[in-house]
Amino acid sequence: MTSSCIEYEAITKSYGAKTILHGLTFSIAANLTTAIVGESGSGKSTLLQMANGLVVPEKGQVSVFSSIINSGSVTAQRLKIGYSVQGAGLFPHLSVFQNITLMATLQKWSDADIQNRYQQLMQLLELDEDLRDRYPFSLSGGQQQRVSLCRAMMLKPPLLLLDEPFSALDPVTRDIIHAEFLKLQQAETRSMVLVTHDMFEATKLAQQIIVLCDGRIEQQGSVAEIENNPASDYVQALFRAGGQGNA
Amino acid sequence: MPRYITNRFMLVFLLAISLFAQSGLAQQSENPLSITVGSKNFNENYLLAEVLSQLFEHAGYTVDRNFGMSGTLIIYEALRTGEVDVYVEYTGTVAQVILNNNDNPSLEDLNAELLSQGVEMMSSIGFNNTYALTLKRDYANELGISTISELAVQPDIDMGFSIEFLNRSDGWPGLVENYGFTQQPVGMDHGLAYQAIDDGSIDVTDAYSTDGDLDRYGLLILEDNLNFFPRYFGVPLIRSELSVQARTIINSLTGRIDETRMRELNGRVLLDGKSFNEVAVEFLAEEGLVARVDNANASSTGMSVMWSNLWRNTAVHLQLTFIALSLGCAVGLPLGFAIYRSSRLSRAMLYIAGLMQTIPSIALLALFIPLFGIGQTPAIIALFLYSLLPILRSTITALLTIDPVLKRVAEALGMTRVQQLRHVLVPLALPNVLAGVKTAAIISIGTATLAAFIGAGGLGEPIVTGLALNDTSLILQGAIPAACLAILAELLFELLERVLVKPHMLVGQLPT
Repeated sequence: MTSSCIEYEAITKSYGAKTILHGLTFSIAANLTTAIVGESGSGKSTLLQMANGLVVPEKGQVSVFSSIINSGSVTAQRLKIGYSVQGAGLFPHLSVFQNITLMATLQKWSDADIQNRYQQLMQLLELDEDLRDRYPFSLSGGQQQRVSLCRAMMLKPPLLLLDEPFSALDPVTRDIIHAEFLKLQQAETRSMVLVTHDMFEATKLAQQIIVLCDGRIEQQGSVAEIENNPASDYVQALFRAGGQGNA
Repeated sequence: MPRYITNRFMLVFLLAISLFAQSGLAQQSENPLSITVGSKNFNENYLLAEVLSQLFEHAGYTVDRNFGMSGTLIIYEALRTGEVDVYVEYTGTVAQVILNNNDNPSLEDLNAELLSQGVEMMSSIGFNNTYALTLKRDYANELGISTISELAVQPDIDMGFSIEFLNRSDGWPGLVENYGFTQQPVGMDHGLAYQAIDDGSIDVTDAYSTDGDLDRYGLLILEDNLNFFPRYFGVPLIRSELSVQARTIINSLTGRIDETRMRELNGRVLLDGKSFNEVAVEFLAEEGLVARVDNANASSTGMSVMWSNLWRNTAVHLQLTFIALSLGCAVGLPLGFAIYRSSRLSRAMLYIAGLMQTIPSIALLALFIPLFGIGQTPAIIALFLYSLLPILRSTITALLTIDPVLKRVAEALGMTRVQQLRHVLVPLALPNVLAGVKTAAIISIGTATLAAFIGAGGLGEPIVTGLALNDTSLILQGAIPAACLAILAELLFELLERVLVKPHMLVGQLPT
């Protein structure tokens, strides 16, 4: 690994009496897509949300592009970190166009820049132009998730955080969006971190994989390394679970 | 509709309401020849206040009638603070209730004490409206009695007294002590006692000596031959800064009305169904104080007086509600936004606001008298406190029920606190908040009718008066406009919702 986009240093976090993360130290490579894979409760979402300051570690620190995430500067740092979640998280009172361009408007982009970037993203994710003034409630799950990705990428962030963005979709739609996602990787180079419980999704979309189990890193490596040399029964089990279509 | 139009629309709308509400008070300007006459909320006091008002009007005064205040302390406070210039009080009440002096003080002593509070007592109008024992005239003749001493020695007499009379020291206990009664009376409602005496289930009851009902039931007042009952002479109480001219006008009533005359005048309202206005006109003409005005003329002014009263009451009512609601929003909305994150603070504030709601309005208004006096200020404060709960609760609930994912996303996208508030929290909370403000508005419109008890005016004024006089049409003159206002508020908020909230964002309503 030459450079990293996120560095975790001795991260500890617990909710109540339960410790979720046990002093983790690791880094995530820049300009690649890294999947963090684990069961529910393994701490993978918590790790992701530490990268944009939604969750603050008890001990240790997180740096993104070499600057430490802290409460003073996090709002500005977030503008460089896109975020998309399961279920899309679109604002129901805003239209598709408003959802996607809200942050650019707040950042005082010019109208022309906003229009250009919007058109570009809509084409990239094959969203119909007619959707522009529709409200989220009238969109399909797949459309909502695509709009959510557009919103996350509007400001051209060098880092994109994806928290199980495709988990709630039906298998057919998910396959289509997976294909679009790969196209997206080609079109714009950026660091991406994808949290998923689906090992097959991880191997399909990511180049690097981190397997998380009970707040510890079980295995970290390239897709080939993980596929060929699963470090433990737990890692093998994740492949089996995915294989049964139990996503 | 583009947002800037929406905002402009709102501004114009709010401005219009406040102007409208202001117009109600515009007429209370300071005019050297203007006077505010107050009254308590029972028949005789209304009538005397109306007589005083007409006397002033004939002398060229502009008269503000602040009638129907409930309770001595409220109206006395109004006099002391200058919200009323004159009203008719009773000497016994001055001594016992206002000055808390039970030693049978002389009128000079009373006046000296009143003067220190900026109040003066004028000469008596003549009648003594005290407690009295009364029985059927025929029965009295049959027994051959005319004094209380003679009644006390009658063996077979059934007596029924009002609960208050049974317990007041200047009532039954004092009578027993002074006249040596041995009979056992029963307690009953004063209104029912006349009915009971009429059908013969009791023989004797307590009464007020100027009660208009006495003649209707053919009742005789027994002479208080031991002078036990305290004297309740009707006396005008005035603010001591009142001009000589005004005092002269008030003094023209001195000694004019004895008990029989007062009883008879009260009866014209109670038994003959005449209005205070009519009886006052008749009385002033009969006494030669004022020439009788043309009757047709009077009735047409009666109609226009009703409409102008209706308009004025509605305007005052709107003003009370509007100011209280604005305050409720100004405090409740920011407070809700400030504390909703802390469940402990939210719960504490909702608990306090809820507690406020459980205090009966009348009790709250009464509690406010020592703090804020009477009139619009305490009424607005009370309405404000009542509006706080629905506004605060709906704001906190609205904010707490926003999907946490949306809050998280707003934060993660890099919005500042203000941007999160402006673009996510407020618009998402708006439908619920509006519903809460609507509830508060409707509660306020209803509760504001009670403000009349402390002289704040509004649509409660005809209701309170109507209740005191058992006059349904008067009650309706307050109740119907109040109901209309409530419906209007409902419609207005629906309109507001339609303008401010996208149809698919409305909770519990089908998209239109």
